[in-house]
Formats: sequence, structure tokens, C-alpha cells
Amino acid sequence: MTVALPASAETAQSAREENPWARAWRRLRRRKGALVGLAVVVLFIVLALLAPWVAPYDPVATSWSLVRKAPSWAHWFGTDEVGRDVLSRIIWGARASLGAGVVSVGIAAGVGVPLGLLAGYAGGWIDAALSRLVDAMLAIPFLILAIALAAFLGPSLGNAMIAIGITATPVFVRLTRGQTLAAKVEDYVEAARAVGNPHWRIALRHVLPNIVPPLLIQVSLAIAGAIIAEAALSFLGLGQQPPAPSWGSMLNTAQRFIGQAPWMAIWPGVAIFAAVLSFNLLGDGLRDALDPRHK
Amino acid sequence: MLAFLTRRLLQILPTIVLVSMLIFGLQQLLPGDPALIMAGEDRDPAVLAQIREQYRLNDPVPVRYFYWAKGVLAGDLGESMRLKAPVASLVEQKLPVTLQLAAMALMFALGIGIPAGIVSAVKKETAWDYGANVFALWGLSTPNFWLGILLIFLFSVTLHWLPASGYVPLGEDWRQSLGTTIMPAFVLGNALAAVLMRHTRGAMLQAMGADYVRTARAKGLQEGRVVLKHALRNAMTPVITLGALEFGTLLSGAVLTEQVFTIPGFGKLIVDSVFNRDYAVVQGVVLVTSTIYILLNLLADIAYMLVNPRLRG
Repeated sequence: MTVALPASAETAQSAREENPWARAWRRLRRRKGALVGLAVVVLFIVLALLAPWVAPYDPVATSWSLVRKAPSWAHWFGTDEVGRDVLSRIIWGARASLGAGVVSVGIAAGVGVPLGLLAGYAGGWIDAALSRLVDAMLAIPFLILAIALAAFLGPSLGNAMIAIGITATPVFVRLTRGQTLAAKVEDYVEAARAVGNPHWRIALRHVLPNIVPPLLIQVSLAIAGAIIAEAALSFLGLGQQPPAPSWGSMLNTAQRFIGQAPWMAIWPGVAIFAAVLSFNLLGDGLRDALDPRHK
Repeated sequence: MLAFLTRRLLQILPTIVLVSMLIFGLQQLLPGDPALIMAGEDRDPAVLAQIREQYRLNDPVPVRYFYWAKGVLAGDLGESMRLKAPVASLVEQKLPVTLQLAAMALMFALGIGIPAGIVSAVKKETAWDYGANVFALWGLSTPNFWLGILLIFLFSVTLHWLPASGYVPLGEDWRQSLGTTIMPAFVLGNALAAVLMRHTRGAMLQAMGADYVRTARAKGLQEGRVVLKHALRNAMTPVITLGALEFGTLLSGAVLTEQVFTIPGFGKLIVDSVFNRDYAVVQGVVLVTSTIYILLNLLADIAYMLVNPRLRG
């Protein structure tokens, strides 16, 4: 015999049974800002991946007859000081910027999350030593540390990514450690311990999956920070080296021609702004969707 | 209070020591022989031997760190290879420029961020609130070097109102000094204004929902008085502390701003030193910036303690 549930009880039950990720996606979809951010991020990723087919011209091909031409039908964003197409360089530059964002945050999370998990779960002297190291690294302002690291490693896009990644690591260690400390006193961890699971298994199979949401939010916001940091290092000449395109190095060159060719400065800046804004909007949206306490 | 101060001071000492180790350790990242890198074009064996002797490059790393730290404690941050001057004297010359820029940026940030945060909280979910939030997103997502270039284009190249670059010390001619620093200070303070706006909004919303605000309203006080005398006074505590803390990040942001506006401050010094492979200067500047940052953290903690009676007990 089946008992018909009242509509409200049925809804409540289905809400209870809903997968947490499906619930987060439902909440994220309600936030227009986050959706716009997600759409722009996807657009940039597609542009970066399809750059060889999407870019109208070769990004490094120079032409003395096209030096500093204003935007036109042939060159939508104009040309630069050696006649290269600005739009093509921006499309190819998306590879450097998004690549730097993803790789450096990958390094930061790849190193920071295991260390934070270890510090939070093991406690004792391991936690004390790692926490002091993190405090020391956080005491050096982000950009100053990134510049110093990039300077000592040598100027290149790869080294800039490593420098940004190392600089962003302590935030991931601190966040993971805090979340692990909170998670390890939960009943499900106690239960996992009571049935005889080894420590590594509890940390990796029980604690880690439950602290993913705040880490995901941090990843999104950290990518925004890393894109700005890469642009800053390239602007200073410590990131992508010419003639390879990068939004930051394009701005560096554009500064010298701001009176004669302002379009050279406008479009790379708009690209950085749009990419960073999108990741920030997405991060804000994820925070609201994944952390119900935050409004 | 004294116990708190002692505890905090004891906490920052190991941090400063670790920071100094990290900064000294940066030198170990240099690929190849540091003496060859420091000598630049000069490959004379006598010069290389002198560099190795001067920088104790033949000694083990811990020994070199010990001598370097001993020198730092005595106020000797090393010597600039390029400028042939002690790093400490370069820091003494350049730091006031950056501090002036950072102080002006902080004023901009407080002047824009706090009123915007108050209006946004008081007029929650109105066009004012949305406008303030758009401003905050703009501030947080705009690279300050791009904003600087755009402002140079508008105010220097197009309108000819302000100089595009250069710096006049405050003591020399205050009007010209303001003229050369107003644009960079705005650029530097822009992101901080956005951060302060968000924090002020959050703190104000919390304060506006508190019992004491409801009581003030129930007593029949005017809304302006409720907002400014009751809610704002309580909401400002964390915001002012944050302002003190963020002053340190302005020193970091100044690197790019000084580069765009060609201001001969701390940031320009570090970038020039990077490109001239003047590593002693890079180490010195990073060490001084980090120490200032750590001390500002301490000051922010003390300020928070002083204004929050519940923490004093």
C-alpha cells in the first residue's frame, strides 16, 4: 500500500535527497552575475584553445605598412607599433593569461592542499612548523614576493607561473588546515576512525571530500588574482617575453604609445578586466551556492 | 594589555627570523655561480675572487646567513652593486616617497570606500546599493597599471591637467608634489576603496540589525543620527583595523604604480634592481617591506584591542 505524501512533504523529501552538487548548481544558476561570469570564463577558454583557428592574423607577424593603424574592418582592435593585429594578440594572449592562472593555482593548490591537510590532521610539531612557515610567507606582500621570486628564477612565463604558484600556496595551506581542523572533530570522521580506517585513508577519503567546497571557491578567486599577477609580472618584463603575446606585456608596450595609439592600451586592459571580473563573479556565486551560511 | 603585547611581540620575532631566512634563501635560486652573475660582464678572476670573498660565497649557506643577519641587525643591508651605495641609505631615500604615495592612497580609499559602504548598507537593494557594488567589483577587477595608463591618457595626454610622470618632494613644493602624486595615489587606492566599501557595507548591515540600533530607533531618534552615531561607530572598528592592515599591501601595489608614473620610490627601486641584477637591493627592499608589513599587522591588532573593550579584559 502506498501512502500519498502531501505536496510540501514531498518537496521537502526531494530536497533532502538532492545531490549536494546538484543543489549547488541549482543555487548557482539563480545568480545572474555568476552565470555571466561562467559564460565569459568559458568564452575565454574556448578562445584560448581555438586561438590558431579563431585569430584573424598571425599574432607575431609584423608589417611596416600597418604600424599603429586605428581600429578598422580589417583590424577590429587596430594594430600595434610594429603592425601586428591587436585582436589576434589578445586571443593568443588569453593562452598565457588563463594558462598562468590555471597552472599557478594548480601549483598552489597541489602543494598547499596536501600540506594543509597534513598540518590540520597530524597537528603537533608538523602543524607548528608548517604554520610558522605559512605565517612567514604571508608576511611578505604577495606581489613583492612574486617579483622577487621571478627575478631570482629569471624572466619567463614558466618562471612567472612558478613564482605566482609559490606565492599563492600559503593561502591554500592555511585554508585547508582550518577546514581540516573543523572537519576532523565531526562525527563521520570519528566513525571512520572507530571502524579502524588508517589515518591516510581518513584524511583522503573522509576529510578531503568534505572540505572541497571552500577550496573550490578559493581556486576561482585565486585564478583571478593569478591572472592579474601574471599580467603585472609581464607588464614589468618578468613574465611572457616578446614577441610572444601576453596582455600584460602588450600594456607595457602600449604605455609608450598612449598618445598616438590609445587602442593598444585599451583592449588588453579590457581583456584582463573581463577575465578577472568573471572569475571574481564566479567565485562570489560559488561562495553563495556552496556555503549557505554566507549571504 | 601588557601581557597581550608581550605575547604578540614574542610571536612576531620568529616570523621575522623566518622571513629573513626565506629572503636570504632567494639567492640560492639563482642558476649557476652567483659570483659570475654578480660580476656581470666582468669575468676577471681577481674580480670574481673578490666578490666571492666579499659575499662569503665560499662559506656554507648557514654561515653566510649568519653574517648577513648580523649585518642586518646592525643596520647593514648590504651594498648596491650598480649604485655603489649602501642599501640602507637607498631605502632611507626612497621609502618616504612611497610612504607619501601610500598615505594619500589610503586617504582616497577611506574617503571613497567608507561613504560608499555606508550608503550601500543604508540604501540596501536600491540603485545606490547596486551602484556601490558595481564600483567594488570594478575596483577589485581592474589592474592598477591599466587604470594608471588610462588616467595618463585622459588627464595628461588629452586634457593636459596633470603631469604624466615624475615626482616633486612634498617639502620642496607642496602644490607640485600633489600634482605629481594625486593620480598615482588614486590609482593605488582604487582597489583598497573597493575592499573597504565591501567591509563597511557588511559591518554596517550587521550593526543596523543589532538590538542597540533598534532601541535607538524605538527611542524616536532621527534615522541619520541612528546611522552615524550608533551603527557607524560600532561598524567602524573592524574597518579601521583593516585599513591599517591594508596599508602594507599598498606598499606592494606601489611597485606597479611607481613604474607607470615613473615615481622614484621603493617600488621603482626594486624593479630597477631586478633588471640590473642588483640582488642585494632586492633582498633589502623585500626585507624592509615585509618588516613594515609585520609591524602594521601588530599595530592593527593593538588598535583592535584598544577600541574593543571586550578584548581588553
